[in-house]
Amino acid sequence: MLANYAFVGVFFVAAVIFPLIPIVAAYFLGPKRPTPTKLDTYECGLEAVGDIRVQFKVQYYLYALAFVIFDIEVVFLYPWAVAYGELGLFALIAMAVFLFSLVEALVYAWKKGALEWV
Amino acid sequence: MTEITIPPIDWRVATQLCIIFGWASVLLIIALFVPRSRIRVVGYLAIAGLVVAAGAGIPFWGGSAETFGGMLRLDTYSMMLNWLFLAAAAVVIAYSLNYLPKHGIEHGEYYVLVLFATAGMMLLAQGGDLIVLFLGLELLSLTLYVLTGFAYPRETSEESGMKYLLTGAFAGGFIVFGIALIYGATGSLNLAAIGDTLARAALAAEDRTYLYAGAALIVTGFGYKIAMAPFHMWAPDVYEGAPTPVAAFLSVGSKAAGFAALVRFLVEAMGSQWPVWAPALATLAIATLLLGNIGALIQNNVKRMLAYSSVGHAGYMLLGVLAAGAPGGMAGQRGVEAVLLYLLAYMLTNLGAFGVLIALEQRGELTWDINQFAGLWARRPLLASAMAICLLSLAGVPPTAGFWGKFYVFTAAWQAGFGWLTIIGILTAAIAAFYYVRIVVQMFTAEPSRETPAETDPALRAGLVIAIAGILVLGFMPAPAIDLVQRSVLATVGGQ
Amino acid sequence: MPSMTEAVPLSWVLLLAGALFCIGLFGALSRRNTVGILLGIELMLNAVNINLVAFWRYLEPNVVAGQTFALFVVTVAAAEAAVGLAMIIAIYRSRQTVNADEVDSLRG
Repeated sequence: MLANYAFVGVFFVAAVIFPLIPIVAAYFLGPKRPTPTKLDTYECGLEAVGDIRVQFKVQYYLYALAFVIFDIEVVFLYPWAVAYGELGLFALIAMAVFLFSLVEALVYAWKKGALEWV
Repeated sequence: MTEITIPPIDWRVATQLCIIFGWASVLLIIALFVPRSRIRVVGYLAIAGLVVAAGAGIPFWGGSAETFGGMLRLDTYSMMLNWLFLAAAAVVIAYSLNYLPKHGIEHGEYYVLVLFATAGMMLLAQGGDLIVLFLGLELLSLTLYVLTGFAYPRETSEESGMKYLLTGAFAGGFIVFGIALIYGATGSLNLAAIGDTLARAALAAEDRTYLYAGAALIVTGFGYKIAMAPFHMWAPDVYEGAPTPVAAFLSVGSKAAGFAALVRFLVEAMGSQWPVWAPALATLAIATLLLGNIGALIQNNVKRMLAYSSVGHAGYMLLGVLAAGAPGGMAGQRGVEAVLLYLLAYMLTNLGAFGVLIALEQRGELTWDINQFAGLWARRPLLASAMAICLLSLAGVPPTAGFWGKFYVFTAAWQAGFGWLTIIGILTAAIAAFYYVRIVVQMFTAEPSRETPAETDPALRAGLVIAIAGILVLGFMPAPAIDLVQRSVLATVGGQ
Repeated sequence: MPSMTEAVPLSWVLLLAGALFCIGLFGALSRRNTVGILLGIELMLNAVNINLVAFWRYLEPNVVAGQTFALFVVTVAAAEAAVGLAMIIAIYRSRQTVNADEVDSLRG
């Protein structure tokens, strides 16, 4: 049964070796005469200007962070929704408490101005 | 489809936790609507919540119960620790009430974060399941990362927060991988169930590999949290950079909670494997004792010195943990008591010492050079005597709380058959006495090199008085405290 | 067609998880960039999730503890990443660097 998968392994090994040969060959055979221009960042022929680290507005990060947190909380809603029929009242209350704490976090972020776009 | 039955919940077990969690959530909203100039009110409310939670525990003292399918426990051991955490948090908040405005970092979130951290510690003391222990640990750690970096935009504070986060998250990864391996080996995440499985029959060879690898990873992870050598390198940097009340909270609360969980894990789940883990932990204890105390010896910065000394104290507590696992009932129970008594003494003492540091700290300055203590006795006799009492207690000089802590730990380790380890402990305690006494000598004899003004305020004084009184009362009359810890038993060790 | 648990032995899955954990560990230890270190730690946590789910599927398919724990690990990892990134932004804004070895004002 596993032998059927052998060709995947063969493919994998071939796929690794095939590009490695020219890279290694080029490394040993090719002449190296670096000049400042050659070592410069390649920008499609244009001269590179400025730092690569561009400043984004901090709001992007705040949105991203808030998204990461709220996005992940859905992880608990799915299993709860799937099993909801068998769970009964207690689970409903538990989830209400959970969601309430999330809403509270949202209220906090809102009031602190994390959702404003200034 | 079958109805999933949820077993009845014993709310007594979770009362204190519910109070702290609920109150923290309420305070978070209250803090939003309190004007900036009155934010101190949030601190008072937080202390009130801590007091209520501590009081709510009194009726349940003495029993032993568990709920949520064994995930949460309430035995006298966890109750005792809960009280310690609540008291430490209250003292830390009292220290912060004037520290925060003085350093321009007064925000209501601070108090809320302290409450959440306290809840995390309580989860660590009460958890009967590896999931709960992990969640408690992460709740505690995440809030402490933020608190450590709270003095934004002071660069050292951010930096220490970052370092703490990276090492802490790293350690968290170890712990959780260890938990996964133990789950694979024993098929359960419940501490008691794991303990049963291991005690009943020998595991298959493969499962044993998973088990030991998992246990090693968990001990490594907790080693980071309690600053056990060789995983202690973050402690000096973090203590130095963190706002001083937070450093105090870190040094007592986080360490106590780490030990609480470590004892539960090693005794309850891994108790039957004691012959395997004891030699390894003993080696680590020796390394911790030596590295912590020798590291403290070469420090001129008092805050870093206290950090290294807290590493050394972790070593003494590890002696208690080693004894706690020892088979044969009595020796094990002695070990648990020793850890608790040591924690109690260490908490009081460290809170006192950090309180004096807070009084001496100036805005925007980050030097706690030992010279600052020169001639303190001539300028502020009360502060100097408070610091002297704390340092003598840290050194373990009778009649202070620290002496009884060390005495109990050494006795427990000796009775459990760790004679040579006890001797190393006593030798390192002698080394430690040297650097503590160095500061005392500075305070009482040296001429002041420069006038460092010291400021105290009523809340700070109250916290200091509680800590110093605790050290002295415990030192002169240890009987009530020893009685208290003797009744604080892990439900599975001596209770049943 | 054999079921998945018969075709792939548990040890293979564990090897995968172990390898992933070690890659994350190596990344966390060798990276200079703090974001890279955090990424390494996330890899370690994901290795744990593979482990937990594998143990659940192969050993205890009737007890959901392993699955549940994996969910908690995912959530905690997200919370940790959020706090970590917030701190990295704060440090970057004051020092213009995110490299761990350049953030070194505390020493001794």
